[in-house]
Amino acid sequence: MQLFLRNPQQERWEFQLRLKALWGLIIVLCCLLLLRLVWLQVISHSYYHTLAEANRISIVPIVPNRGLILDRNGTVLAENNYSYDLEITPARVQNIDALTNQLAKLVTITPSDRKLFRKALDETHGLSAIPLRSRLSELEIARVSVNRYRLPGVDIHTRLIRSYPFGTSASHLIGYIGRINEADQEKLEDDGLSDEYRGTNHIGKLGIEGHYEHELHGTTGSEQVETDANGRGVRSLERRDPTAGNDLFLTIDAGLQQAAEKAFGDHRGALVAIEPSSGDVLAFVSEPGFDPNLFVDGIDQDSWNALNESPDKPLNNRALRGLYPPGSTVKPFMALAALTLGKRSPDFKIQDPGYFSFPGSSHRYRDWREGGHGMVDMHLSIVQSCDTYYYGLATDLGIDAMHDFFSGFGFGQKTGLDLDGEMSGLYPSPAWKQKKLKQDWYGGETVISGIGQGYILTTPLQLARSVATLANNGIMMKPHLVHAIRDRATGTLKILPVEIERTLNLRQADMDFVRNAMVDVMKPGGTAAQAGAGATYLIAGKTGTAQVVGVRQGEKYSESRTAERNRDHALFIAFAPADHPRLALAVLVENGGHGGSMAAPIARQIFDYYLLGRGVKAVPDTAENAGDDSAHD
Amino acid sequence: MTVPTIKELRHRILAPLDPTLFNSCLILTALGLVVLYSASGADLGKVLSQLRNLVFAYAAMWILAATPPHKIERVVFPVYGIALVALIAVALFGETSHGARRWLHLGPFRLQPSELMKIALPLALAGYFEWRGKTITWRDFAVASLLLLIPVAFVVRQPDLGTALLIASSGFYVLYFAGLSWKILGGLAVSGIASLPLVWHFMHDYQKKRILTLLDPSQDPLGAGYHTLQSMIALGSGGAFGKGWLQGTQSHLDFLPEHTTDFVFAVFGEEFGLLGEIVFLVAMLVIITRGFFIANEGSTPFARLVAGALSMTLFTYTFVNMGMVSGILPVVGVPLPFLSYGGTSLVTLFISIGILMSVHHHRKLVKQ
Repeated sequence: MQLFLRNPQQERWEFQLRLKALWGLIIVLCCLLLLRLVWLQVISHSYYHTLAEANRISIVPIVPNRGLILDRNGTVLAENNYSYDLEITPARVQNIDALTNQLAKLVTITPSDRKLFRKALDETHGLSAIPLRSRLSELEIARVSVNRYRLPGVDIHTRLIRSYPFGTSASHLIGYIGRINEADQEKLEDDGLSDEYRGTNHIGKLGIEGHYEHELHGTTGSEQVETDANGRGVRSLERRDPTAGNDLFLTIDAGLQQAAEKAFGDHRGALVAIEPSSGDVLAFVSEPGFDPNLFVDGIDQDSWNALNESPDKPLNNRALRGLYPPGSTVKPFMALAALTLGKRSPDFKIQDPGYFSFPGSSHRYRDWREGGHGMVDMHLSIVQSCDTYYYGLATDLGIDAMHDFFSGFGFGQKTGLDLDGEMSGLYPSPAWKQKKLKQDWYGGETVISGIGQGYILTTPLQLARSVATLANNGIMMKPHLVHAIRDRATGTLKILPVEIERTLNLRQADMDFVRNAMVDVMKPGGTAAQAGAGATYLIAGKTGTAQVVGVRQGEKYSESRTAERNRDHALFIAFAPADHPRLALAVLVENGGHGGSMAAPIARQIFDYYLLGRGVKAVPDTAENAGDDSAHD
Repeated sequence: MTVPTIKELRHRILAPLDPTLFNSCLILTALGLVVLYSASGADLGKVLSQLRNLVFAYAAMWILAATPPHKIERVVFPVYGIALVALIAVALFGETSHGARRWLHLGPFRLQPSELMKIALPLALAGYFEWRGKTITWRDFAVASLLLLIPVAFVVRQPDLGTALLIASSGFYVLYFAGLSWKILGGLAVSGIASLPLVWHFMHDYQKKRILTLLDPSQDPLGAGYHTLQSMIALGSGGAFGKGWLQGTQSHLDFLPEHTTDFVFAVFGEEFGLLGEIVFLVAMLVIITRGFFIANEGSTPFARLVAGALSMTLFTYTFVNMGMVSGILPVVGVPLPFLSYGGTSLVTLFISIGILMSVHHHRKLVKQ
């Protein structure tokens, strides 16, 4: 039998050896451990230091207050108001349904509020507060506050929300903000702005709110917050204050804007009023409007359907995007083209049989007045809006010359107004037709282009710019909506310079001639005599009618027989005072019938308001207004 | 018997206490309380609770220090038997928590028999070798191995591989000090390495995950690697000199798990840095080295084996815990001696110290 330990001596020696061996191992292992610790704490210290800081510090964005939108006189058009929202923290509530029912006795809670709350509840873990009702009234706040003690988990949360005090007024112009959606998010990422929008929930979607988003948003601040492993803030380490967005002072005159909207009454249409000398847009109307406040917290389905499916298309920005044939409003420009290019002298007269036809052709281009205007010179052709005169003139000028001249006045070109989505309109040319439609240009198309029909399409904004250019003696100012920007960081007000778009090469005498003819349009014998009656200042105007449905050869357009939506659009361009223009405008009344009877009275009221400070009434419907011959076209 | 004077009483109380061990213990327990105060988030209640544990622990230490080894020897088999029965009971009717069956309910108490086995096994094995006297044969090692493997097998089944390995190691140290042949030791080492793939095969998924995580904690930063990664960040960010007492961010902001118990070393390292860790390690080495000296001068084989094995176990716990916190060993539920909060581990620790002191105090006493 083998013995491991033979005697005490050897046993002690062996034991000692084993102790020493293990002690050696202990030292080796301790060195290993020390090496590891040195590696962690000395060599990799800065690496782990960074990790520890990242662990504990989270950067919380502080959303800046959005800049205000004001009119040229400082009237607030878009502001930030406090909203008091009712919130429930589900983790602190035993029975959510019972609590909601209890709350429903204190404040109004609609089924849609409940639905949204349910949805949010299902999507979250229930640890954070979920809004149940927004924009509590003072009374509701008081009711909830008094009963707070028996409503655990219920809080009233205060936040700033965008609000548009004038509601539908200038809605297309101001636009609105809405929740940042995926497309917005993508765009922000493309622009490298996603950090700047951390914490921001809303973004300008349309109008000034959309176009000037970069000015209005401001700079996001941040707070370095020490957080625990659950992400709860423990204390604030460092704070960088946000800078509020800049305030925008618009060129708009809120009083004029509302006066114009009032003058429209229930009619659909658009009006753009420009100060000719500066290009300041004083009024920018697209009727009907919509309430931008509906969009701020996300529009509900019913309101959206109502807006989207309305035949009045309230979401259409008619002033910026509506395309209409300018009709007879082109005639002053045609006359000016004839004078400038030497194709007509003012004295040149035609005998108007009530129609125009090419030699050897039986096709008749009818004048609006059956039987014609008799002997017509250039002055009378504008005053009475003689079509036949311009049929012939167009043929003499030729479409290319017309295209070039009208392009000078901005037809078929975007105005570059500081809003997104502007339509460019169209002034046709044979080259355009060949390219777009792969068809040859016909002489007849030149003829009808002479009275602003055919392919020609303009926006009310474009038309307003053209007439403002005429009023400003051929100097085209770039129309713009923002007059000044107030820097919220420094408090300084930066006035934006006005820009000359271009100066047209026109003779003063020619322009004076056309202007005088336009003044006579507003006088007895002119097509807008009724609207011009009794004015204490001179108005230069021109009526127009744009066909909505074509009238076949040998047929006569009858207002009474035509459905309301198929009636002609009424157009009117004007500036006043004619001798020293302060306001130039273009009015379009959809299906308004005739420019003289429907659109011109609106313009007259605007002038009276702006130049004389008179009150405004809604213009009554054409049916009551029509009847006398001078009101036509 | 006359009433002892104060001086005599003082002598009688202090006599069994080895100054080196006792002073080191005082220093380390004081350090432990300081660290606990910070790790618990300045929770004085927890510190007081630990102080109460310390009172029990020191009392247990003193009682054992004053008890001669041969008296301790008498109870080792019963204690081993109780621990084994308890382990079997756990396997049969233990409470399951977190997928492991480790706890035994005895009335109001919740007992973890594997903890008891940690100290019962080396004592029992030492007792066995003492009983076998001077003629120890390979049969004795076979029997001792069996005594070792039975409880270890039960703990492995719980499953708690970490604790099983720690229990096995404490028993193994006794075999080693009792003179297990170097050849067999070498053979064990070789076959141990060779059987690693087999061990891997029988491992539970969470065990495998811990090993894999060890190799690369960043693989699973929010899962199994979270603990290791956070403790490494705590140590690393502490640097050479630490962030200062109560200044550790990792622990105070709850990034560190178990920061008063198994991961307390991370809190300590974050706040006191490499320097503090070296101080702690040196103090531990003083105790372990002292334990080795005591083992060397033990009067009986039982005393020597127990002193050697317990000292070595103390080192094992220290090394495994520090290795786990610093990310060189997998996460195993091992408390760090003196620093970790918890009554059981503290009492167990001071029982070991008490036994060491007993061996030293009674080194001249030869058993008859």
